[in-house]
Amino acid sequence: MTAFIIYKALMCIGVFVLCLAAAAYSTLWERKFAAFLQDRKGPSRAGWGGILQPLADGVKMFMKEEIIPNVSNRSLFILGPCLFMVTAVITSSVIPWAKPVMINGQVYDLQITDINIGVIYLLGVASIGVYGIMIGGWASNNKFALLGAVRASSQMISYEIPMGIALIALIISSGGSLSLKEIVEGQDAGFANFIWQPLGFLIFFICALAETNRAPFDLPECETELVGGYHTEYSSMKLGLYLFAEYINMFISSAIIATMYFGGYNFPFAAELYDKLGLADGSVWISLIGFGVLIAKIFGFVCLFMWIRWTLPRFRYDQLMNLGWKTLLPLSLFNLALTIVIEYFRGNIHF
Amino acid sequence: MQLTNRKVVVSKKEQSFAEKLYLPAIAKGMMITASHLFKKSPTINYPEQKRPIAPVFRGQHVLKRDENGAERCTSCGMCAVACPAEAITMTSGERKKGEEHLYREEKYAATYEIDMLRCIFCGLCEEACPKEAIFLTDRLVDTEFERRDFIYGKDKLVEKIDQRIDVTKRQTPEVLAFKKIPGLKHNELFDKKLDKGNKH
Repeated sequence: MTAFIIYKALMCIGVFVLCLAAAAYSTLWERKFAAFLQDRKGPSRAGWGGILQPLADGVKMFMKEEIIPNVSNRSLFILGPCLFMVTAVITSSVIPWAKPVMINGQVYDLQITDINIGVIYLLGVASIGVYGIMIGGWASNNKFALLGAVRASSQMISYEIPMGIALIALIISSGGSLSLKEIVEGQDAGFANFIWQPLGFLIFFICALAETNRAPFDLPECETELVGGYHTEYSSMKLGLYLFAEYINMFISSAIIATMYFGGYNFPFAAELYDKLGLADGSVWISLIGFGVLIAKIFGFVCLFMWIRWTLPRFRYDQLMNLGWKTLLPLSLFNLALTIVIEYFRGNIHF
Repeated sequence: MQLTNRKVVVSKKEQSFAEKLYLPAIAKGMMITASHLFKKSPTINYPEQKRPIAPVFRGQHVLKRDENGAERCTSCGMCAVACPAEAITMTSGERKKGEEHLYREEKYAATYEIDMLRCIFCGLCEEACPKEAIFLTDRLVDTEFERRDFIYGKDKLVEKIDQRIDVTKRQTPEVLAFKKIPGLKHNELFDKKLDKGNKH
């Protein structure tokens, strides 16, 4: 029992640290990547090639003056960023990071918890994430912050629907399990889900962009219209938490896309490779290689997120709503119907 | 009348299905940004790398000393007259006995100030100087926090005896010859001023 608690605690701490480190270095990579796309060099002063820039940014954020507006709702004002951060981090608990490891005859899952409603848990936590923004924007008692918060919540609620429907189609075609671990295991031997769900993947990806408030869906914080959006009144580390949580969200969204549609820690001809290397099931090396593959996939998607951000202009609000309700929703329903028909003829669905 | 062939007639035709999808257009745009990933950045990492400057770059001024270490400036005021930005001010002093090693001629500049914020680094002072005393150099004017610190006095302008500043690139034989041509505007002015001085 003690061993189990220690193992789970280590998993939690490990994943937490991974999320924070990934988010910290996403901020640096975002700036670097943007610089490369714009023929610049990006931050290069702090440490070798700018490697200590996230640290410098963090120190700067902590040193800034903390301002809580007099007219704000103090407790909610503090709760907002905390909630946003917490929801961003706890999403990572159902992601399987690598194949289980066998140590001293004991099998350890490299996943914090493998709940059988993992997908629903993801959607649930993602929708709680809206509250962080909504509460923060509302408690600021500022027009711009409120507008940003309203935009954010309506956007996130709108895009959750096509996202959920795309996931239903995915679950139907991947065998009906809601456990992320089983979804990943089902994508073994190179048959990643996006081959069966290309449209679903596209819809899910667009919705993931909207859910993480990334460009071209960054209306909640568009500087040109809303000063800073929902975090206009925030300063110091509370602002830091908001900005940081967005990068965690991006990292986790990429992880979810990689897990759901691109096979997670699986990769084509994995079994043959392990055979050649003479690795038995449960070997630490298999887990490490799988983890590396997953991280590489996540990095690819993070780059795609950034690439899109530095290419496309922002949507207008009505375009955003039109895309969500008039295009993505019917498209996802069509995708669902198509999936049901295809799976019926493949013999995976029985009425 | 058609002046250029850049005229484009705007058409509001119905979008085709591919255009309505926007995805091809997005892919095209993303390819454009991706192509920039492989382009060389034109950035110059300033303090370590410096942009090459022309040999006749016009930077911070220097007041030259002659070969014996005496100041060449005689405070004639030609540079101040020539200066389009009115950045130069000076007061004259008379050389005392025993100061021959300090000042080359009997009159010298007791104070000599250039306001580096007014100066436009055009080089007209250098062109006007009949004594080859003022030159612009390839040094950059330092940044300061106060406006008054930009007014450079003789302490900053006159070259140190042991740290001579090389102006041979600006003081070429052609330049010297040019300055000797009679009838040019600046030479004329100088002649007139000399005449005036003689009359008094």
